[in-house]
Amino acid sequence: MHKRREYSRSSAQTAPEMESGFGSINGVFTKCESCGQAIYDKELETRFNVCPHCEFHYPLSAPERIRLLVDAGSFEERDVGMMAEDPLSFDGYEEKLQEARQKTGLDDALVSGVARIGSHQVALAAIDFRFIGGSMGSVVGERVVRTIESAYDEELPLLIVSSSGGARMYEGIYSLMQMAKTSVALSRYVTGSWPYVSVLTDPTFGGVTASFATAADVIIAEPKARIGFAGARVIEQTTKERLPEGFQTAEFQKEHGLVDRIVHRLELKEDIERLLGFLT
Amino acid sequence: MILEFEKPIKELEARIAELYRLAGSNEELQGEITRLEEALDAAKKRIYSHLTPYQRVQVARHPKRPNFWDYRDALVDDFYELSGDRLGADDPAVRGGLAKIGSQSVVLLGHHKGADVKSRIANNFGMAHPEGYRKAGRLYSLAERFGAPIVALIDTPGAFAGCEAEERGQAWAISADLMALARVPVPVIAVVIGEGGSGGALAMCMSDHVAMLENSYLSVIAPEACASIIFRDKERAAEAAEAMKLTAEDLMVHGVIDQILPEPLGGAHNDPEATTKAVARAVESALFKLSETEPESLVKSRYQRYRRVGAHLAEGEVVGENGAGSAVPAEPRLRSLGE
Repeated sequence: MHKRREYSRSSAQTAPEMESGFGSINGVFTKCESCGQAIYDKELETRFNVCPHCEFHYPLSAPERIRLLVDAGSFEERDVGMMAEDPLSFDGYEEKLQEARQKTGLDDALVSGVARIGSHQVALAAIDFRFIGGSMGSVVGERVVRTIESAYDEELPLLIVSSSGGARMYEGIYSLMQMAKTSVALSRYVTGSWPYVSVLTDPTFGGVTASFATAADVIIAEPKARIGFAGARVIEQTTKERLPEGFQTAEFQKEHGLVDRIVHRLELKEDIERLLGFLT
Repeated sequence: MILEFEKPIKELEARIAELYRLAGSNEELQGEITRLEEALDAAKKRIYSHLTPYQRVQVARHPKRPNFWDYRDALVDDFYELSGDRLGADDPAVRGGLAKIGSQSVVLLGHHKGADVKSRIANNFGMAHPEGYRKAGRLYSLAERFGAPIVALIDTPGAFAGCEAEERGQAWAISADLMALARVPVPVIAVVIGEGGSGGALAMCMSDHVAMLENSYLSVIAPEACASIIFRDKERAAEAAEAMKLTAEDLMVHGVIDQILPEPLGGAHNDPEATTKAVARAVESALFKLSETEPESLVKSRYQRYRRVGAHLAEGEVVGENGAGSAVPAEPRLRSLGE
């Protein structure tokens, strides 16, 4: 059941590929959407999609995220090959899944397993936003739960990195119920004495934020990551309010007491390792 | 308010009322009244037994549908309201307190949309802010401390999407409620009485016994929002409602709920008293059924109940005869990984 899948630098998706169209212009450099300067693709890759000029954090795929966070060669992926069903026979879902699988090379929007972070063995999961917006359907929910259960059974710290638009609407009630499912698993995990660290990255919203992503012992966010329950556009439409500058950014959420720390991506591994040192 | 599909019924009712006014002792008109009354009965049966999912959503949203206070009156013998989240505010969209059902003390809570225009506005149409969810969480703790069963009535379009709700941690408040409900060692009974909108509904209906009124709905997102996101067309809400499987009947088939409570012909708003009484009976019998269960077993079976909800395939597995799209599975479908 446990397969080892290495995420080496060469096999991982290196060119940042995003809905926004951000990406390599000619295979050599990419224009930063934030500061407008040219970034060499090689440099962007070694900096895990952080702009070397303005430090803007671009989305990171789940495999790259794991490569960033864990000791090289230590990651053992679990629950490989778990595929989404189409429980409601929702028009267009199968095509959407096929397309996402092809685009990302992943089974679904999450990669999970166990790995080492310095002296700590951890159970971890990372959501991949490229796969239908990192949305939580049955597979994401099930793999999150299995990660939590591994952590519980094997007495390991738990680390989940989120980036998600929320529930996967194509799975209707099944996707809503994943909030309940991850919550029951997590509520049992926290009866033990191992820490749960949640890392929120751009963007994390909806059913993911309203379930496991915020129910952590420590919540870390990446700089400027957008985090919230409802998206800014929805809020503007429903309330006709003008939203304040920097609304729902990690900095905004920290100011409102909802996030513990904002940590630069390139310091994240070291920061988590240090944190685990206090709690294990 | 008259819903579009209710028009033939309302027209017949108006004609009958008019005839009653004119009839007096005129036997011919009395015959006509009897004939129309039969037609009315037939029309009601025809229309209400074939409601589409989106029509049910509209019935669920009907402003005359019984609200939290109506159910409270039918359900409990005494209600002692408690207010506030103990952190700075009280959200009128969520009401709750201690209640007596017979000799049994329970914690009763629910969304309250309001009864008239003024209270609807004050209650933000049942869309709670984080304070509402924190108030619920506080009541869950109280229930745990005194071993009182929790009875929750769900009726919300969803948790409020607004700037201040975000600033005060809407998502954090909901996830805390889910974490609390997951382990509270008392029986938890939920009845969806109207709208069951997304996480804002789930924060009160993750329970040991979930009942739904026939014309209520429970959904990951409002059909209008689903239509505008997936079909990029808000007008296709009826189609989205159909696709999402949000009615009580569908959710029963998918094993998400335990019980469907039939509504009077014409929907709850046509006979609030019969509806609230039916809900009261269902709550009483669920309470009775769960009262024998040990607290640890309750928590354990709640874990198992929610742990297994999902639909996914292990490596190499294909969809079998009970697989995707099948209308028959009675249990929540989960494919084990063959561990």
